[in-house]
Amino acid sequence: MKPVKPNRVSVDRESLIIDVRRELDMPSRRLFGKRIVTLGGLAMLAGCSISDDKSVETFLSRVSRLNDTVQGWLFDPNRLAPTYTEAQITRPFPFNAFYGVDDAPVVDGSDFRLKVSGLVQNTKTWTLPELYALPKAEQITRHICVEGWSAIGRWGGTPFSEFLKRVGADTSAKYVGFKCADDYYESIDMPTALHSQTLLTFTFDGQQLPPKYGYPMKLRMPTKLGYKNPKHIMEIFVTNKFPGGYWVDQGYNWFGGS
Amino acid sequence: MNATPEAARISTSLRTVQPVWVRITHWLNALAAILMMLSGWRIYDASPVFKGFVIPPGITLGGWLGGALQWHFAAMWLLFFNGLFYLTMNIVTGRIKRKFFPLSPRAILHDLGEALKGHLSHADPSNYNAVQKFAYLFVMLDIAVLILSGLAIWKSVQFPLLRELMGGYDFARVVHFSAMSLLAAFIVVHLVMVSLVPRSLLTMIRGR
Repeated sequence: MKPVKPNRVSVDRESLIIDVRRELDMPSRRLFGKRIVTLGGLAMLAGCSISDDKSVETFLSRVSRLNDTVQGWLFDPNRLAPTYTEAQITRPFPFNAFYGVDDAPVVDGSDFRLKVSGLVQNTKTWTLPELYALPKAEQITRHICVEGWSAIGRWGGTPFSEFLKRVGADTSAKYVGFKCADDYYESIDMPTALHSQTLLTFTFDGQQLPPKYGYPMKLRMPTKLGYKNPKHIMEIFVTNKFPGGYWVDQGYNWFGGS
Repeated sequence: MNATPEAARISTSLRTVQPVWVRITHWLNALAAILMMLSGWRIYDASPVFKGFVIPPGITLGGWLGGALQWHFAAMWLLFFNGLFYLTMNIVTGRIKRKFFPLSPRAILHDLGEALKGHLSHADPSNYNAVQKFAYLFVMLDIAVLILSGLAIWKSVQFPLLRELMGGYDFARVVHFSAMSLLAAFIVVHLVMVSLVPRSLLTMIRGR
Protein backbone atom coordinates (compact mmCIF):
# COMPACT_ATOMS: atom_id res chain seq x y z
CA MET A 1 0.00 0.00 0.00
CA LYS A 2 2.77 2.40 0.95
CA PRO A 3 4.39 2.98 -2.45
CA VAL A 4 1.17 4.37 -3.89
CA LYS A 5 0.64 6.88 -1.14
CA PRO A 6 2.80 9.86 -2.18
CA ASN A 7 1.38 9.83 -5.68
CA ARG A 8 -2.18 9.80 -4.36
CA VAL A 9 -1.56 12.78 -2.12
CA SER A 10 -0.16 14.78 -5.00
CA VAL A 11 -3.22 14.09 -7.15
CA ASP A 12 -5.53 15.19 -4.36
CA ARG A 13 -3.59 18.38 -3.88
CA GLU A 14 -3.52 19.07 -7.59
CA SER A 15 -7.28 18.79 -7.99
CA LEU A 16 -7.76 20.89 -4.88
CA ILE A 17 -5.56 23.63 -6.32
CA ILE A 18 -7.60 23.59 -9.51
CA ASP A 19 -10.82 23.91 -7.56
CA VAL A 20 -9.56 26.69 -5.37
CA ARG A 21 -8.17 28.65 -8.32
CA ARG A 22 -11.42 28.38 -10.20
CA GLU A 23 -13.44 29.51 -7.22
CA LEU A 24 -11.12 32.42 -6.58
CA ASP A 25 -11.48 33.46 -10.21
CA MET A 26 -15.20 33.65 -10.01
CA PRO A 27 -16.49 35.82 -7.18
CA SER A 28 -19.97 35.75 -8.67
CA ARG A 29 -20.04 31.99 -8.37
CA ARG A 30 -19.04 32.23 -4.72
CA LEU A 31 -21.85 34.69 -4.14
CA PHE A 32 -24.26 32.35 -5.91
CA GLY A 33 -23.09 29.51 -3.69
CA LYS A 34 -23.69 31.60 -0.63
CA ARG A 35 -27.18 32.48 -1.80
CA ILE A 36 -28.00 28.82 -2.45
CA VAL A 37 -26.98 28.02 1.10
CA THR A 38 -29.10 30.87 2.43
CA LEU A 39 -32.10 29.77 0.36
CA GLY A 40 -31.71 26.26 1.72
CA GLY A 41 -31.56 27.61 5.25
CA LEU A 42 -34.68 29.70 4.69
CA ALA A 43 -36.52 26.73 3.28
CA MET A 44 -35.59 24.72 6.36
CA LEU A 45 -36.73 27.48 8.70
CA ALA A 46 -39.98 27.84 6.81
CA GLY A 47 -40.48 24.08 7.02
CA CYS A 48 -43.06 24.23 9.78
CA SER A 49 -45.24 26.76 7.99
CA ILE A 50 -45.05 25.21 4.50
CA SER A 51 -48.23 23.23 5.16
CA ASP A 52 -50.15 26.33 6.20
CA ASP A 53 -49.52 28.14 2.95
CA LYS A 54 -52.79 28.49 1.04
CA SER A 55 -51.32 27.68 -2.38
CA VAL A 56 -49.54 24.60 -1.03
CA GLU A 57 -52.78 23.48 0.59
CA THR A 58 -54.65 23.91 -2.69
CA PHE A 59 -51.96 22.02 -4.57
CA LEU A 60 -52.00 19.11 -2.12
CA SER A 61 -55.82 18.90 -2.22
CA ARG A 62 -55.67 18.75 -6.01
CA VAL A 63 -53.13 15.94 -5.93
CA SER A 64 -55.39 14.14 -3.45
CA ARG A 65 -58.31 14.40 -5.90
CA LEU A 66 -56.03 13.15 -8.67
CA ASN A 67 -55.18 10.21 -6.41
CA ASP A 68 -58.93 9.50 -6.14
CA THR A 69 -58.98 9.04 -9.91
CA VAL A 70 -55.89 6.83 -9.92
CA GLN A 71 -57.36 4.70 -7.14
CA GLY A 72 -60.54 4.37 -9.16
CA TRP A 73 -58.43 2.88 -11.96
CA LEU A 74 -56.57 0.57 -9.58
CA PHE A 75 -59.81 -0.68 -8.02
CA ASP A 76 -60.67 -4.11 -9.39
CA PRO A 77 -64.38 -4.82 -8.73
CA ASN A 78 -63.68 -8.56 -8.70
CA ARG A 79 -60.74 -8.45 -6.31
CA LEU A 80 -61.74 -9.73 -2.88
CA ALA A 81 -60.29 -8.63 0.44
CA PRO A 82 -58.84 -11.54 2.44
CA THR A 83 -61.17 -13.24 4.90
CA TYR A 84 -60.21 -14.74 8.24
CA THR A 85 -61.25 -17.41 10.70
CA GLU A 86 -63.27 -16.90 13.85
CA ALA A 87 -60.14 -17.47 15.94
CA GLN A 88 -58.40 -14.54 14.24
CA ILE A 89 -61.02 -11.98 15.30
CA THR A 90 -59.54 -9.12 17.34
CA ARG A 91 -61.06 -9.14 20.80
CA PRO A 92 -62.02 -6.72 22.09
CA PHE A 93 -62.57 -4.98 18.78
CA PRO A 94 -61.42 -1.35 19.08
CA PHE A 95 -63.98 1.45 19.21
CA ASN A 96 -63.15 4.36 16.92
CA ALA A 97 -64.95 7.62 16.19
CA PHE A 98 -64.42 11.37 16.36
CA TYR A 99 -65.88 11.25 19.89
CA GLY A 100 -65.48 9.02 22.97
CA VAL A 101 -67.26 5.69 23.35
CA ASP A 102 -69.67 7.15 25.94
CA ASP A 103 -70.87 9.71 23.40
CA ALA A 104 -71.91 7.12 20.82
CA PRO A 105 -75.48 7.98 19.72
CA VAL A 106 -78.30 5.83 21.01
CA VAL A 107 -80.82 5.27 18.23
CA ASP A 108 -84.32 4.00 19.09
CA GLY A 109 -84.87 1.01 16.82
CA SER A 110 -88.65 0.75 17.36
CA ASP A 111 -89.60 3.82 15.36
CA PHE A 112 -86.48 3.88 13.20
CA ARG A 113 -86.98 4.57 9.48
CA LEU A 114 -84.10 4.50 7.01
CA LYS A 115 -84.51 7.25 4.42
CA VAL A 116 -83.55 6.72 0.79
CA SER A 117 -83.21 9.64 -1.62
CA GLY A 118 -81.57 10.94 -4.77
CA LEU A 119 -81.29 8.95 -7.98
CA VAL A 120 -83.48 6.02 -6.90
CA GLN A 121 -86.85 4.78 -8.17
CA ASN A 122 -88.29 4.04 -4.75
CA THR A 123 -87.84 6.55 -1.95
CA LYS A 124 -89.98 4.66 0.57
CA THR A 125 -88.50 4.48 4.06
CA TRP A 126 -87.33 1.16 5.56
CA THR A 127 -88.03 -0.25 9.01
CA LEU A 128 -85.44 -2.44 10.68
CA PRO A 129 -87.48 -5.68 10.30
CA GLU A 130 -87.78 -4.94 6.57
CA LEU A 131 -84.01 -4.54 6.33
CA TYR A 132 -83.38 -7.67 8.40
CA ALA A 133 -85.49 -9.63 5.90
CA LEU A 134 -83.08 -8.87 3.04
CA PRO A 135 -80.73 -11.63 1.73
CA LYS A 136 -78.12 -12.49 4.37
CA ALA A 137 -74.35 -12.25 4.10
CA GLU A 138 -71.56 -12.38 6.64
CA GLN A 139 -67.83 -11.72 6.57
CA ILE A 140 -64.76 -11.85 8.79
CA THR A 141 -62.46 -9.20 7.38
CA ARG A 142 -59.73 -6.78 8.33
CA HIS A 143 -60.68 -3.24 9.27
CA ILE A 144 -57.75 -0.97 8.36
CA CYS A 145 -57.63 2.43 10.01
CA VAL A 146 -56.16 5.47 8.25
CA GLU A 147 -53.87 5.74 11.29
CA GLY A 148 -52.25 2.46 10.32
CA TRP A 149 -53.57 -0.04 12.87
CA SER A 150 -55.85 -2.85 11.82
CA ALA A 151 -58.30 -5.22 13.50
CA ILE A 152 -60.24 -8.25 12.34
CA GLY A 153 -63.98 -8.31 12.92
CA ARG A 154 -67.09 -10.23 11.94
CA TRP A 155 -69.99 -8.37 10.41
CA GLY A 156 -73.36 -9.63 9.24
CA GLY A 157 -76.05 -8.03 7.10
CA THR A 158 -77.04 -7.86 3.48
CA PRO A 159 -75.01 -7.23 0.31
CA PHE A 160 -75.30 -3.48 -0.32
CA SER A 161 -75.76 -4.15 -4.04
CA GLU A 162 -78.96 -6.09 -3.15
CA PHE A 163 -80.28 -3.11 -1.26
CA LEU A 164 -79.40 -0.73 -4.11
CA LYS A 165 -81.20 -3.05 -6.53
CA ARG A 166 -84.33 -3.05 -4.38
CA VAL A 167 -84.51 0.73 -4.14
CA GLY A 168 -83.97 0.96 -7.91
CA ALA A 169 -80.75 2.94 -7.57
CA ASP A 170 -79.26 4.41 -10.75
CA THR A 171 -76.04 2.39 -10.66
CA SER A 172 -74.57 4.53 -13.43
CA ALA A 173 -74.48 7.43 -10.96
CA LYS A 174 -71.11 8.35 -9.46
CA TYR A 175 -71.70 8.44 -5.73
CA VAL A 176 -73.62 6.92 -2.86
CA GLY A 177 -73.84 9.19 0.15
CA PHE A 178 -74.69 8.55 3.82
CA LYS A 179 -76.06 10.70 6.62
CA CYS A 180 -75.57 9.39 10.13
CA ALA A 181 -77.14 9.84 13.57
CA ASP A 182 -73.87 11.17 14.98
CA ASP A 183 -73.71 13.98 12.38
CA TYR A 184 -71.11 11.98 10.51
CA TYR A 185 -71.50 11.93 6.76
CA GLU A 186 -69.62 10.02 4.08
CA SER A 187 -69.77 9.08 0.42
CA ILE A 188 -68.35 6.33 -1.76
CA ASP A 189 -67.83 5.54 -5.43
CA MET A 190 -70.44 3.37 -7.18
CA PRO A 191 -68.03 0.50 -8.09
CA THR A 192 -67.20 0.05 -4.39
CA ALA A 193 -70.89 0.30 -3.47
CA LEU A 194 -71.57 -2.62 -5.84
CA HIS A 195 -68.57 -4.70 -4.69
CA SER A 196 -69.63 -8.14 -3.46
CA GLN A 197 -67.98 -7.64 -0.06
CA THR A 198 -69.68 -4.30 0.59
CA LEU A 199 -72.34 -5.11 3.17
CA LEU A 200 -75.03 -3.12 4.91
CA THR A 201 -74.49 -4.70 8.33
CA PHE A 202 -76.81 -5.11 11.32
CA THR A 203 -74.74 -7.49 13.47
CA PHE A 204 -71.23 -7.65 14.89
CA ASP A 205 -69.75 -10.98 15.95
CA GLY A 206 -73.17 -12.63 15.71
CA GLN A 207 -74.89 -10.08 17.98
CA GLN A 208 -77.07 -7.12 17.12
CA LEU A 209 -74.75 -4.21 16.28
CA PRO A 210 -74.15 -2.45 19.63
CA PRO A 211 -74.33 1.38 19.72
CA LYS A 212 -70.53 1.67 19.88
CA TYR A 213 -70.15 -0.22 16.59
CA GLY A 214 -72.88 1.69 14.78
CA TYR A 215 -76.44 0.60 15.67
CA PRO A 216 -78.75 0.37 13.83
CA MET A 217 -76.50 -0.20 10.80
CA LYS A 218 -73.01 0.25 9.47
CA LEU A 219 -71.82 0.05 5.90
CA ARG A 220 -68.92 -2.36 5.97
CA MET A 221 -66.36 -2.24 3.12
CA PRO A 222 -63.19 -4.30 3.57
CA THR A 223 -61.85 -2.54 0.45
CA LYS A 224 -61.86 0.83 2.20
CA LEU A 225 -60.22 2.45 5.22
CA GLY A 226 -62.16 2.66 8.48
CA TYR A 227 -63.33 6.28 8.16
CA LYS A 228 -65.06 5.43 4.87
CA ASN A 229 -67.33 2.94 6.69
CA PRO A 230 -70.26 5.00 8.06
CA LYS A 231 -72.03 3.93 11.26
CA HIS A 232 -75.49 4.85 12.61
CA ILE A 233 -76.77 5.36 9.06
CA MET A 234 -80.05 7.33 8.91
CA GLU A 235 -80.22 8.17 5.21
CA ILE A 236 -78.74 6.80 2.01
CA PHE A 237 -78.72 8.81 -1.22
CA VAL A 238 -77.48 8.31 -4.77
CA THR A 239 -76.06 11.31 -6.59
CA ASN A 240 -73.73 12.62 -9.25
CA LYS A 241 -72.80 15.66 -7.18
CA PHE A 242 -69.68 15.05 -5.06
CA PRO A 243 -70.95 14.79 -1.47
CA GLY A 244 -67.57 14.75 0.38
CA GLY A 245 -67.37 13.38 3.90
CA TYR A 246 -66.75 14.34 7.53
CA TRP A 247 -63.01 13.62 7.43
CA VAL A 248 -62.64 14.05 3.69
CA ASP A 249 -63.71 17.69 3.96
CA GLN A 250 -60.88 18.17 6.48
CA GLY A 251 -58.22 16.67 4.26
CA TYR A 252 -58.44 12.88 4.28
CA ASN A 253 -58.34 11.31 0.85
CA TRP A 254 -61.86 10.74 -0.51
CA PHE A 255 -61.37 7.37 -2.22
CA GLY A 256 -59.60 5.97 0.86
CA GLY A 257 -59.42 2.49 -0.61
CA SER A 258 -57.17 -0.45 0.24
CA MET B 1 -10.11 34.97 -16.41
CA ASN B 2 -6.96 35.25 -14.33
CA ALA B 3 -6.50 31.50 -14.45
CA THR B 4 -2.99 30.33 -15.16
CA PRO B 5 -2.60 28.56 -18.50
CA GLU B 6 -1.87 25.16 -16.99
CA ALA B 7 -4.87 25.37 -14.67
CA ALA B 8 -7.08 26.22 -17.62
CA ARG B 9 -5.61 23.33 -19.56
CA ILE B 10 -6.25 20.86 -16.76
CA SER B 11 -9.72 22.17 -16.07
CA THR B 12 -10.85 21.83 -19.68
CA SER B 13 -9.47 18.32 -19.77
CA LEU B 14 -11.61 17.38 -16.78
CA ARG B 15 -14.47 15.17 -17.82
CA THR B 16 -18.01 15.62 -16.67
CA VAL B 17 -18.30 13.26 -13.72
CA GLN B 18 -22.07 13.46 -13.23
CA PRO B 19 -24.16 14.03 -16.35
CA VAL B 20 -26.94 16.56 -16.02
CA TRP B 21 -29.70 13.94 -15.78
CA VAL B 22 -27.94 12.29 -12.84
CA ARG B 23 -27.65 15.62 -11.06
CA ILE B 24 -31.29 16.57 -11.62
CA THR B 25 -32.66 13.17 -10.61
CA HIS B 26 -30.36 13.11 -7.58
CA TRP B 27 -31.70 16.37 -6.17
CA LEU B 28 -35.32 15.62 -7.03
CA ASN B 29 -34.91 12.24 -5.36
CA ALA B 30 -33.39 13.91 -2.31
CA LEU B 31 -36.36 16.29 -2.13
CA ALA B 32 -38.92 13.51 -2.56
CA ALA B 33 -37.19 11.25 -0.04
CA ILE B 34 -37.04 13.99 2.60
CA LEU B 35 -40.69 15.03 2.07
CA MET B 36 -41.79 11.40 2.27
CA MET B 37 -39.69 10.66 5.32
CA LEU B 38 -40.79 13.71 7.32
CA SER B 39 -44.48 13.23 6.45
CA GLY B 40 -44.12 9.48 7.03
CA TRP B 41 -42.93 10.15 10.56
CA ARG B 42 -46.13 12.05 11.29
CA ILE B 43 -48.22 9.21 9.82
CA TYR B 44 -46.24 6.74 11.94
CA ASP B 45 -47.01 8.76 15.08
CA ALA B 46 -50.77 8.39 14.51
CA SER B 47 -50.38 4.72 15.46
CA PRO B 48 -46.79 3.74 16.26
CA VAL B 49 -45.75 0.32 14.98
CA PHE B 50 -43.39 0.05 17.94
CA LYS B 51 -45.36 0.92 21.07
CA GLY B 52 -43.61 3.60 23.04
CA PHE B 53 -41.44 4.79 20.17
CA VAL B 54 -42.78 8.10 18.90
CA ILE B 55 -41.03 10.54 16.58
CA PRO B 56 -41.01 14.10 17.96
CA PRO B 57 -43.85 15.87 16.11
CA GLY B 58 -41.69 18.99 15.81
CA ILE B 59 -39.47 17.36 13.21
CA THR B 60 -42.33 15.96 11.13
CA LEU B 61 -44.15 17.42 8.14
CA GLY B 62 -47.87 17.94 7.61
CA GLY B 63 -49.12 19.34 10.93
CA TRP B 64 -51.60 16.50 11.48
CA LEU B 65 -52.30 13.04 10.10
CA GLY B 66 -54.45 14.31 7.20
CA GLY B 67 -51.87 16.90 6.16
CA ALA B 68 -49.02 14.40 6.43
CA LEU B 69 -50.94 11.92 4.29
CA GLN B 70 -51.45 14.60 1.63
CA TRP B 71 -47.72 15.34 1.56
CA HIS B 72 -46.85 11.65 1.52
CA PHE B 73 -49.20 10.81 -1.33
CA ALA B 74 -48.12 13.83 -3.37
CA ALA B 75 -44.36 13.33 -2.95
CA MET B 76 -44.75 9.67 -3.88
CA TRP B 77 -45.36 10.67 -7.51
CA LEU B 78 -42.14 12.66 -7.59
CA LEU B 79 -40.24 9.76 -6.01
CA PHE B 80 -41.81 7.23 -8.35
CA PHE B 81 -41.51 9.00 -11.71
CA ASN B 82 -38.09 10.48 -10.91
CA GLY B 83 -36.86 7.05 -9.81
CA LEU B 84 -38.32 5.42 -12.91
CA PHE B 85 -36.58 7.97 -15.14
CA TYR B 86 -33.30 7.53 -13.24
CA LEU B 87 -33.36 3.75 -13.54
CA THR B 88 -34.34 3.85 -17.21
CA MET B 89 -31.55 6.30 -18.06
CA ASN B 90 -29.08 4.26 -16.01
CA ILE B 91 -29.89 1.15 -18.00
CA VAL B 92 -30.24 2.80 -21.44
CA THR B 93 -26.95 4.71 -21.18
CA GLY B 94 -25.14 1.72 -19.66
CA ARG B 95 -24.14 3.87 -16.68
CA ILE B 96 -25.32 1.32 -14.13
CA LYS B 97 -22.98 -1.31 -15.55
CA ARG B 98 -20.08 1.10 -16.00
CA LYS B 99 -20.28 2.81 -12.62
CA PHE B 100 -21.48 0.12 -10.27
CA PHE B 101 -19.97 -3.10 -11.60
CA PRO B 102 -17.97 -5.26 -11.21
CA LEU B 103 -18.56 -5.43 -7.48
CA SER B 104 -17.54 -8.17 -5.06
CA PRO B 105 -17.98 -8.58 -1.30
CA ARG B 106 -14.19 -8.88 -1.05
CA ALA B 107 -13.70 -5.51 -2.76
CA ILE B 108 -16.30 -3.90 -0.50
CA LEU B 109 -14.59 -5.23 2.66
CA HIS B 110 -11.17 -4.19 1.37
CA ASP B 111 -12.25 -0.66 0.52
CA LEU B 112 -14.19 -0.37 3.76
CA GLY B 113 -11.03 -1.26 5.69
CA GLU B 114 -9.05 1.28 3.72
CA ALA B 115 -11.71 3.94 4.23
CA LEU B 116 -11.76 3.41 8.00
CA LYS B 117 -7.98 3.77 8.08
CA GLY B 118 -8.31 6.96 6.07
CA HIS B 119 -6.39 5.47 3.14
CA LEU B 120 -9.12 5.56 0.53
CA SER B 121 -8.44 8.06 -2.22
CA HIS B 122 -11.12 10.25 -3.76
CA ALA B 123 -8.70 11.66 -6.33
CA ASP B 124 -10.79 10.51 -9.24
CA PRO B 125 -14.45 11.27 -8.52
CA SER B 126 -15.54 9.65 -11.77
CA ASN B 127 -14.75 6.22 -10.33
CA TYR B 128 -16.72 5.00 -7.36
CA ASN B 129 -14.84 2.84 -4.86
CA ALA B 130 -16.41 -0.48 -3.88
CA VAL B 131 -18.01 0.93 -0.72
CA GLN B 132 -19.64 3.70 -2.72
CA LYS B 133 -20.87 1.25 -5.33
CA PHE B 134 -22.35 -0.91 -2.62
CA ALA B 135 -23.90 2.03 -0.76
CA TYR B 136 -25.56 3.51 -3.87
CA LEU B 137 -26.84 0.15 -5.10
CA PHE B 138 -28.07 -0.53 -1.59
CA VAL B 139 -30.02 2.72 -1.40
CA MET B 140 -31.62 2.04 -4.80
CA LEU B 141 -32.76 -1.35 -3.56
CA ASP B 142 -33.89 0.12 -0.26
CA ILE B 143 -36.05 2.74 -2.00
CA ALA B 144 -37.53 -0.05 -4.14
CA VAL B 145 -38.43 -1.95 -0.96
CA LEU B 146 -39.90 1.27 0.48
CA ILE B 147 -42.09 1.73 -2.59
CA LEU B 148 -43.23 -1.90 -2.67
CA SER B 149 -43.98 -2.10 1.07
CA GLY B 150 -45.72 1.28 0.83
CA LEU B 151 -47.82 -0.01 -2.04
CA ALA B 152 -48.69 -3.10 0.01
CA ILE B 153 -49.87 -0.87 2.88
CA TRP B 154 -51.77 1.55 0.63
CA LYS B 155 -53.38 -1.09 -1.59
CA SER B 156 -53.33 -4.26 0.48
CA VAL B 157 -56.50 -5.57 -1.19
CA GLN B 158 -55.62 -4.66 -4.78
CA PHE B 159 -52.10 -6.20 -4.65
CA PRO B 160 -52.51 -9.54 -2.86
CA LEU B 161 -49.19 -10.94 -4.08
CA LEU B 162 -47.30 -7.92 -2.79
CA ARG B 163 -49.21 -8.09 0.49
CA GLU B 164 -48.26 -11.74 1.03
CA LEU B 165 -44.67 -11.01 -0.03
CA MET B 166 -44.51 -8.38 2.74
CA GLY B 167 -45.86 -10.86 5.29
CA GLY B 168 -49.40 -9.42 5.39
CA TYR B 169 -50.76 -5.91 5.95
CA ASP B 170 -49.47 -5.44 9.50
CA PHE B 171 -45.98 -6.73 8.75
CA ALA B 172 -45.73 -4.56 5.63
CA ARG B 173 -45.72 -1.61 8.04
CA VAL B 174 -42.73 -3.12 9.86
CA VAL B 175 -40.93 -3.60 6.52
CA HIS B 176 -41.79 -0.03 5.49
CA PHE B 177 -40.49 1.37 8.78
CA SER B 178 -37.29 -0.71 8.68
CA ALA B 179 -36.54 0.33 5.10
CA MET B 180 -37.14 3.95 6.13
CA SER B 181 -34.66 3.55 9.01
CA LEU B 182 -32.06 2.15 6.64
CA LEU B 183 -32.63 5.07 4.27
CA ALA B 184 -32.22 7.49 7.19
CA ALA B 185 -28.96 5.74 8.14
CA PHE B 186 -27.77 5.98 4.53
CA ILE B 187 -28.54 9.72 4.45
CA VAL B 188 -26.54 10.30 7.64
CA VAL B 189 -23.49 8.39 6.34
CA HIS B 190 -23.87 10.03 2.92
CA LEU B 191 -23.86 13.53 4.43
CA VAL B 192 -20.85 12.73 6.64
CA MET B 193 -18.94 11.45 3.61
CA VAL B 194 -19.87 14.54 1.58
CA SER B 195 -18.61 16.77 4.37
CA LEU B 196 -15.34 14.80 4.42
CA VAL B 197 -14.97 14.99 0.64
CA PRO B 198 -16.67 18.27 -0.30
CA ARG B 199 -15.51 17.87 -3.89
CA SER B 200 -18.19 15.20 -4.36
CA LEU B 201 -20.84 17.81 -3.60
CA LEU B 202 -19.46 19.99 -6.39
CA THR B 203 -19.62 17.13 -8.88
CA MET B 204 -23.27 16.63 -7.99
CA ILE B 205 -24.02 20.33 -8.48
CA ARG B 206 -21.96 21.41 -11.48
CA GLY B 207 -21.09 18.01 -12.91
CA ARG B 208 -17.29 18.22 -12.52
